[in-house]
Amino acid sequence: MTNVLKKLKFESPIHISKRTDIPKWKTWLIRGVAVLVALLLCGIISSILSPGSFGSFLEQMFKGCFSTPRRAINLFEETALLLCISLAVTPAFKMKFWNIGAEGQVLMGALLCATCMKYFGGKVDDGLLIVIMLLFSVVGGATWATIPAIFKAKWNTNETLFTLMMNYIAMGLIACVIAIWVPNNSGTVGVLPFGNFPKIGKYPYILNIIIVAILTALVFVYLRFSKHGYELSVVGESVNTAKYIGINVKKVIIRTMILSGALCGIAGWLIVGGASHTVSTEVAGGRGFTAILISWLAHFNPIGMSFTAFLVAFLSQGSSQAASVLDFGGSFPKIITGMFFFIVIASEFFVGYKIKFKLRKRETSKTDSPSADCESEENACGGSDDDGIGVVIAESQSEEEIVLNSTETVPPPQRTSESIQDKEEVEA
Amino acid sequence: MFWTFLQRAIRFSTVFMYGATGETITEKSGHLNLGIPGVMCIGAVGGVLGESLYLKSLSDISQINGFAAVIIPIIMTLIFGALAGLLFSFFTVTLRCNQNVTGLTITTFGIGFNSFYMNRIDKTGFTAASEYFIKGFPCADSAGWFGKIFLSYGTLVYLAIIVAVIAAIIIKRTRVGLNLRAVGENPATADAAGINVTKYRYIATILGSAIAGLGGLFFIMDHLGGNIEYNIDAFGWMAVALVIFTVWKPNWGILGSILFGALYISPDFMTVPSAATKEIVKLIPYFVTVVVLIVTSIINKRETQPPAALGVSYFREER
Repeated sequence: MTNVLKKLKFESPIHISKRTDIPKWKTWLIRGVAVLVALLLCGIISSILSPGSFGSFLEQMFKGCFSTPRRAINLFEETALLLCISLAVTPAFKMKFWNIGAEGQVLMGALLCATCMKYFGGKVDDGLLIVIMLLFSVVGGATWATIPAIFKAKWNTNETLFTLMMNYIAMGLIACVIAIWVPNNSGTVGVLPFGNFPKIGKYPYILNIIIVAILTALVFVYLRFSKHGYELSVVGESVNTAKYIGINVKKVIIRTMILSGALCGIAGWLIVGGASHTVSTEVAGGRGFTAILISWLAHFNPIGMSFTAFLVAFLSQGSSQAASVLDFGGSFPKIITGMFFFIVIASEFFVGYKIKFKLRKRETSKTDSPSADCESEENACGGSDDDGIGVVIAESQSEEEIVLNSTETVPPPQRTSESIQDKEEVEA
Repeated sequence: MFWTFLQRAIRFSTVFMYGATGETITEKSGHLNLGIPGVMCIGAVGGVLGESLYLKSLSDISQINGFAAVIIPIIMTLIFGALAGLLFSFFTVTLRCNQNVTGLTITTFGIGFNSFYMNRIDKTGFTAASEYFIKGFPCADSAGWFGKIFLSYGTLVYLAIIVAVIAAIIIKRTRVGLNLRAVGENPATADAAGINVTKYRYIATILGSAIAGLGGLFFIMDHLGGNIEYNIDAFGWMAVALVIFTVWKPNWGILGSILFGALYISPDFMTVPSAATKEIVKLIPYFVTVVVLIVTSIINKRETQPPAALGVSYFREER
């Protein structure tokens, strides 16, 4: 009985292999289906929470994003912010430097930006002030990114954990500065009147969107056509290759992180100067983490990122509108975004790997042989020695031989003893 | 005064202790689960759900049974935490997705799920139920400082210490622990030596998440006394920091948690602190963690390094 169970367990009918040659249209088809599935699932969740709301939920999602020009502008502004931070983390990720400190870098940019607004506001011309704010923000973001980069380059300190900690230090610093600025413990700074971005046309945020559009083009060119972009992708592929062809890896790491941090600083500048006009620990709002997901899902391609960022902004704004109409509460968009990411991440598996289902013609009891790739797993868990003879099979056998074996009902004895020996060695 | 401080520090450290123990087990298998904050949130939801189901099944609140009121939420938390871990390991082991990305997604989802659910839950009877979580040994009051330091805590505090000690022993002293470390250091070699990498990674992640979930339950039922207004995610990140701080050793994790707990509550014990000082003190755990991270990487001793394959998904055909 246990024998049969064991065989059932290890006979995986699914074989997974990596693929590199998937046609472009297929990739996009898979992703499109994933997005549709995600939307469908959102509707289903909504109709579970309040029965019959499937249609109205989806309708509200679109309404929340497009029904008025104001809402559409908000949507594009959110897209721009997410995109800006995604652009920032991308060069580092291409280098396989797992910078998850974008949140902290944005916060530092925002903090220094707000500091300028507070102390220089009214003393200098507004146009000049905005430039000063930009400089300070860039310095703030870049500093926050460079500290982990130096340690990574010099001593190979784990950058994921380091940048993660830097996020919280940045948050703490902001809380501390707010406590100094606002001694009455209310914890809110309030809107700072100077250094706000000028309105272009009727609506706010247009400047933000334009700036990010320019940045997108610049980053695209930088990654695709510049020598720097080439160097950092070589470092990402293999540090040893990079060293061999004479790239100064340490320099590349630090340089890329300065760029990454500077872009995050710009995002902080856009948030404080262009949108919120104030600073708090919530000013980045988790966008630093969302941007990492966006960048990764778009395979570090700035054009792909703009679509992904738009989708995420659409989902979160749309579902927050739908949630307020249907009374689901303010945290509902987070659930929806989480679900969306789960599905899209899972869909990437089908892009990167091929799955083969092996259909067996006969499922006979004893001598049914496991396929070649199951063998070592068998070994790994084969604790008991009474496995019987039929289970073991050598790696070199092809599919046809396996079928042959199962019809003959007795496997070649020589192989069996070999494999059993192997197994004993492993256990010993 | 000092004893009260120590007692509260030890009690609060439980949140970190569960998270850190769970994350250490997971990371030892080579999986960096950045979803720990989300897992804690999801675990807390499970526990609260279990508690409210139990309370609803009673005809009257006075019939409450202390044992059931504690054990049902614990079991539900373990189940929910394990489910979150299963999700993570399915994505990262079977689908071979990027661990950072998957972890962050779980965090986003978990935080949303937590605050969404907590707003809709029926909270009647939670204060009464949380009494049973907080209750220490009956003789604690009569035993002076000894009672205060060792006997005054609720079930979950003792459970956390027991779990951490067991985890430390298993990782350090048993064959299972050796295999687990091998999987985390070099999965290809471990695979060649006949260790089932997939199985170890699945079990380590699921177990780790189940344990981490208890941290969320403790925070709500014991620390907040059944009040469920606050978010847990910041403590989840502290737990991730703590794993580094204690260089991947659950037994040191106990002391580290107490230190973090002490730092976290110390602003409450300061005499007339300004708000800014308070914020600075809250920063210390992160600072210390960064310093430990840097120092261990400079010293570059083998025992204090992260598992070599941390954050890398294993695909056998990719050598």
